[in-house]
Amino acid sequence: MRSKLKSSEASWGRIAGPGQDVVHVDWISEAAPSIKENKERTLLPHGLGRSYGDVCLNDQGVLLSTKSLNKFISFDRTTGILYCEAGVAISEILKVCLPAGWFPPVTAGTKFFSLGGAIANDIHGKNHHVAGTFGRHVLSLELVRSNGETLTCTPTQNVDLFRATIGGLGLTGLITRVTLQLKKVTTDRIDVETIRVKNLDDFFTKSAGSDNDFEYTVTWIDCLATGSSLGRGLLMRGKHAESNNKNSLQNLSNKSLNVGVPIDMPNFLLNSTNMRLFNAAYFNRMQGDEKKSLSKIDPFFYPLDAIKQWNRLYGKRGFFQFQFVVPKAAADTIGHVLAQTSSKGMGSFLVVLKEFGPIESPGLLSFPMPGYTMTLDFANQGEATTSFIQTLEQMVLKVGGRIYPAKDALMSKESFAQGYNKLTEFKRFVDPGFSSNFWRRMTNA
Amino acid sequence: MMPQPTQNAEPAALILGALSAIAIESARLMAGRSWKICLVARSKEKLIELSADLIARGAKQVDYLVMDVEQAADGGQLLLSAEQLSGPIGTVLVAWGALGDQVLAENDAHAAMTILNTNFNHQALCLLGIAKKFEERKYGVIAAISSVAGDRGRQSNFIYGSAKGAFSLFLQGLRNKLQKSGVHILTIKPGFVATPMTRQVKQGPLFVGPDVVASGILRAIDRKSDVVYLPWFWLPIMLIIKAIPERVFKKLSL
Repeated sequence: MRSKLKSSEASWGRIAGPGQDVVHVDWISEAAPSIKENKERTLLPHGLGRSYGDVCLNDQGVLLSTKSLNKFISFDRTTGILYCEAGVAISEILKVCLPAGWFPPVTAGTKFFSLGGAIANDIHGKNHHVAGTFGRHVLSLELVRSNGETLTCTPTQNVDLFRATIGGLGLTGLITRVTLQLKKVTTDRIDVETIRVKNLDDFFTKSAGSDNDFEYTVTWIDCLATGSSLGRGLLMRGKHAESNNKNSLQNLSNKSLNVGVPIDMPNFLLNSTNMRLFNAAYFNRMQGDEKKSLSKIDPFFYPLDAIKQWNRLYGKRGFFQFQFVVPKAAADTIGHVLAQTSSKGMGSFLVVLKEFGPIESPGLLSFPMPGYTMTLDFANQGEATTSFIQTLEQMVLKVGGRIYPAKDALMSKESFAQGYNKLTEFKRFVDPGFSSNFWRRMTNA
Repeated sequence: MMPQPTQNAEPAALILGALSAIAIESARLMAGRSWKICLVARSKEKLIELSADLIARGAKQVDYLVMDVEQAADGGQLLLSAEQLSGPIGTVLVAWGALGDQVLAENDAHAAMTILNTNFNHQALCLLGIAKKFEERKYGVIAAISSVAGDRGRQSNFIYGSAKGAFSLFLQGLRNKLQKSGVHILTIKPGFVATPMTRQVKQGPLFVGPDVVASGILRAIDRKSDVVYLPWFWLPIMLIIKAIPERVFKKLSL
């Protein structure tokens, strides 16, 4: 069945474009027929629309929505192996599997993303330094191609297609079923330590010093601090609390504050004065240099989920998120990007910094590499914003870094090719019946 | 003879129209509570998929009957068939319905009849049989999905609306009759729900997901509510809509 979806609802950055034609794939049995019936236009799988830019949009074609392709098939409570449909959201996995002592092996900063989306973007989380990317925990996936084939891909079967599909941006076919290895936990709580970092050097030292003892690390940076305070922020590090008490999982009052942003906010809301106030207040909310706490799952992993549709804070024009990674040897690029951002007054509400570990990503187009990754948000103020982001892009590319397609709406074709050296190999596995706005942007002359 | 359900029996539900979006989400909540569930719908393939989903989510046992529930001549017999599979059943959720096409139905008697049959006649006949069994047993819950569309006739959907309105009245009468037997009749009146049934309708801010309605249904079953508007804000909205004098209302196009 067909319907229409506004671009501003189909992509998290709300960079508006024409409406998207949607075909809903609600049942596995509908997958192959839906692909066959709509073959005259290009297809693109669409889960929960949490990627920011245009990897999840297909203006000239059809989105295959997997929102209701969300059934579990089996869940082995002793081994933690979950077999389910690709539209299942991480929020559902938490609901069903956490009480049984199993946790997603890797999770993003929201719990409202689908398994298919997690694979297609080969997402990473605060535990990248110990767990690698999401794709490493996928035991198998089923792919329906536009030629009518249904293929099972695993690390040992149809290996090439498996590696192309992980991080493959939905371009290799429709993922319908997934087998995932979950991670054993004994409680639904996280032991968290928050420590102050005074500047970037302090960050590099403290981040490296945290990775051995803490499964999860991430640092919030005050992007408006300058000079000797450049890069000051709060490093949050955590690990799953342990307990032998059987009730430690049953007491799942995971309900947290839940408010929403009912309408688009005026464009001036997130102006530089407000941002400066917010950033300073956030940095100073901690009295000492270190704080320990026992956190629930939601506030630690998904703080922004507490504000439904927080993307509306950026108003109608939407926003750009810019996430890049640079190799360790080019760590000073982090400082250059921050200095640029602060000197141009392009303040970003949230800046997040994280050290990626050495674990190799399985996908041909996986984003993470050993080094540092930073994420910045910029309200869309037209040309000023886009040209500024392009400046940052060049700084990253020059030192051998790359940009994360899941967040991107602006990167040039050349930057993509330069950042992803397996792109040529990947192209062999793209399903000719599939495409996206992002892909056309990256491949068209 | 099947053992009769009692307050202490293992919770078990029969879901009629089990593949509707609200039914699926309700069944998932029941699964999370380790209930036994018996599903009734037409597609065996989909019932198998849904059964696996519910088992994985913790349902104690899931069975299904592949049938067109509208063809079930006797609801009491249907209940007994389900109990052959699942054991004693204490809760029945009636979740089938179809919006139909108002414009088509105004010009095509067959289409109009289908809307009336699907949204009222068949449900009422089916529930008469089930209610009789529950009345004999002096125990049971019948939760049935009607609609806010049945609260007042509007030009845009009064054929569907009148069927739902009739269904609400039917449930009201059944509740009146069965209250002395201790049988609980719950009338569920959802507003706009984002489901496959409403995908062609332009979706405004009042739309909610089927999971929201499902949790309201389970809460209303727990609380033994008589009539529930889901989400809650439809109660004041419908109070206002019902309060508009007819001589004004007839000129409106809501």
